[in-house]
Amino acid sequence: MATGEHILLTAREARKRKLFGLLGRSLLLLITSVAALAVLAIIFFIARDALPFFSGGRSAAFFLSTAWYPTHEPPQFGAAAIFVGSLLVTAAAVVLAVPPGVCAALCMSDILPFNVRQVLKPVIEMLAAIPSVAYGFFALVVLAPLLQEQGGRLLAAAWWTLALPALGLAAVVGADLLTPAELPERAHNVLRAALTLLFLAAASVILVVVGRVLAAVRIASGVNALNASVILGVMALPTIVSVSEDALQAAGRELREGSYALGATRAETLVKVVIPAAVSGIFSAVLLGIMRALGETMVVWMASGNAAQIPKPAYNLLLPVRTLTATIAGDMGEADQMTGSAHYHVLFAMGLSLLIFSFACNLAGEWIVARQRKRLRGG
Amino acid sequence: MRKLLFTTLLTAACASAQAQDALTLDGSTTVGPIAKAFAEFTMRQTPGLNITVSESGSGNGAKALLNGTCQIANLSRDLKESERKAMAEKGVKPVEHVVAYDALPVLVHPSNKVKGLTIDQVRDIYTGKITNWKDVGGFDVPIVVISRDTNSGTFESFKDLVLGAEAKIRAGAEYTGSNGGVRQRVQMTQGAIGYAGLGFVDRTVKALEINGVAPCAKTVTAKTYPISRALYMFTNGEPAADSPAARFIGLSRAEKGREIIEEIGFVPVPE
Repeated sequence: MATGEHILLTAREARKRKLFGLLGRSLLLLITSVAALAVLAIIFFIARDALPFFSGGRSAAFFLSTAWYPTHEPPQFGAAAIFVGSLLVTAAAVVLAVPPGVCAALCMSDILPFNVRQVLKPVIEMLAAIPSVAYGFFALVVLAPLLQEQGGRLLAAAWWTLALPALGLAAVVGADLLTPAELPERAHNVLRAALTLLFLAAASVILVVVGRVLAAVRIASGVNALNASVILGVMALPTIVSVSEDALQAAGRELREGSYALGATRAETLVKVVIPAAVSGIFSAVLLGIMRALGETMVVWMASGNAAQIPKPAYNLLLPVRTLTATIAGDMGEADQMTGSAHYHVLFAMGLSLLIFSFACNLAGEWIVARQRKRLRGG
Repeated sequence: MRKLLFTTLLTAACASAQAQDALTLDGSTTVGPIAKAFAEFTMRQTPGLNITVSESGSGNGAKALLNGTCQIANLSRDLKESERKAMAEKGVKPVEHVVAYDALPVLVHPSNKVKGLTIDQVRDIYTGKITNWKDVGGFDVPIVVISRDTNSGTFESFKDLVLGAEAKIRAGAEYTGSNGGVRQRVQMTQGAIGYAGLGFVDRTVKALEINGVAPCAKTVTAKTYPISRALYMFTNGEPAADSPAARFIGLSRAEKGREIIEEIGFVPVPE
């Protein structure tokens, strides 16, 4: 055969191939390192423009004061309220998005039939494809007037739709888990039914009382922390659902079958076996959701009201707040690059704070995942 | 004959060179509508002339003129001392052209029974001394204070014309990124108070009388309406006669330009 003679390489050809191989590998390395270098460059440039602000002796006021008057003469750069605003909106978004997100992931990985899941997952992931300005527009034009006109009723309705299934589920699952397994079957069933009824009664009392309180609420302005949090929660949802679902899938069929083989119910299997096995993955899903919400700009600029104040009391989500990202976006034009004003550097100080926070989150996530992996390996 | 032909050719070449001309404007969202209407008119008059109008705020407009990324900067306020200094350092010579007048009407929800306020009351509302409409003769509704973002010329003008150097807007005030956004927030919020350009007043919001004077073209040119201001276009040096920039700015004095300005809802410069 004609190809036979090509199998043997001369020393020259071998050297040539080795050289090309090396060239290819170094090219790939170069391309990969561009991404890493970009991160380093971003950190360098942001830090370079942030440091003049901190060395200007304004850091104490920056972190502690709430007086944000950047264009006043003399300017005041107290960003405490803005930090609180960012954290408040992010925390609320995570609280709103994580329980339904993890429940949806659990439902898709363990409860729904496979073909339903195959349809549902891409649909939820489509939420991530909607541009953030479209979300912001919705928040401003639809959600804000709705909150102002139907605020109390809307809150009560949201409470009922979210809390009714959640509390119902908690009552049923809780009763199932709390009934001692050693009892004879009949006593077991009776006790479980009694506990379920008791929990359901408690749940309905909570539902009605909180629903009443919420229905009486009046919202003066619909662009507020709640509006931004709801939208950010919806935006973080696809990340949380998708990543948690992957983690739950990765927990493996053997684990579930082992649990069922030992006589565990489905609720016990999910709560005591599958979720603990996937907890590090769920945790990284939550961290990704946090970073998504913390870094989002357009929605908070349009929906949060941009008022630099710490709400009183601090958990009052019905007041407008201002976030770090919205401040950077909104004040960018005023911050004079040419004259190198303090207003310019303070925005970089905010950017650096955001960057450091995200970094810390990321590192913490990596650490937890690594630790969990070690534990699962039995280390 | 030959010479004539040459001249004709040259003129044609000049004309086509001019047709390739481009004019870039940047700056205030208040002046933006005027610039866009002028651009539309001028481009129809001079086929081939390409005019781009960006609206990134007065601060960004001044920055664009400083960096040479626009030929005309639209500002709804005068240049600041710091901006003039930065321009002088870079060798940019800003020349001021007043193209129109604008008033800042104070807007409230149409259902608000308050008809007018004094300028002091407006200031007290924005600084947080007055927080409920019942204190100025309205219903018992908390006031939702809405301001333009601090990056806008509209905010600067409001600060200069109403608040003064000392007063600070209360911490709970909302900031909105555009005049249209302010109107949008006011028309759907019962307790809202906001301010925007005269061109943004329509039936969906109510413009208050200030010190007993309603904002309209007559009261603005007569300078009886207290919250009013000039709108500027700045060029780097006086534009050469008959250059696209000169013709563009000159439109504000021409009959057609004055018509356009009135149509948009601003007040043309008195003759």
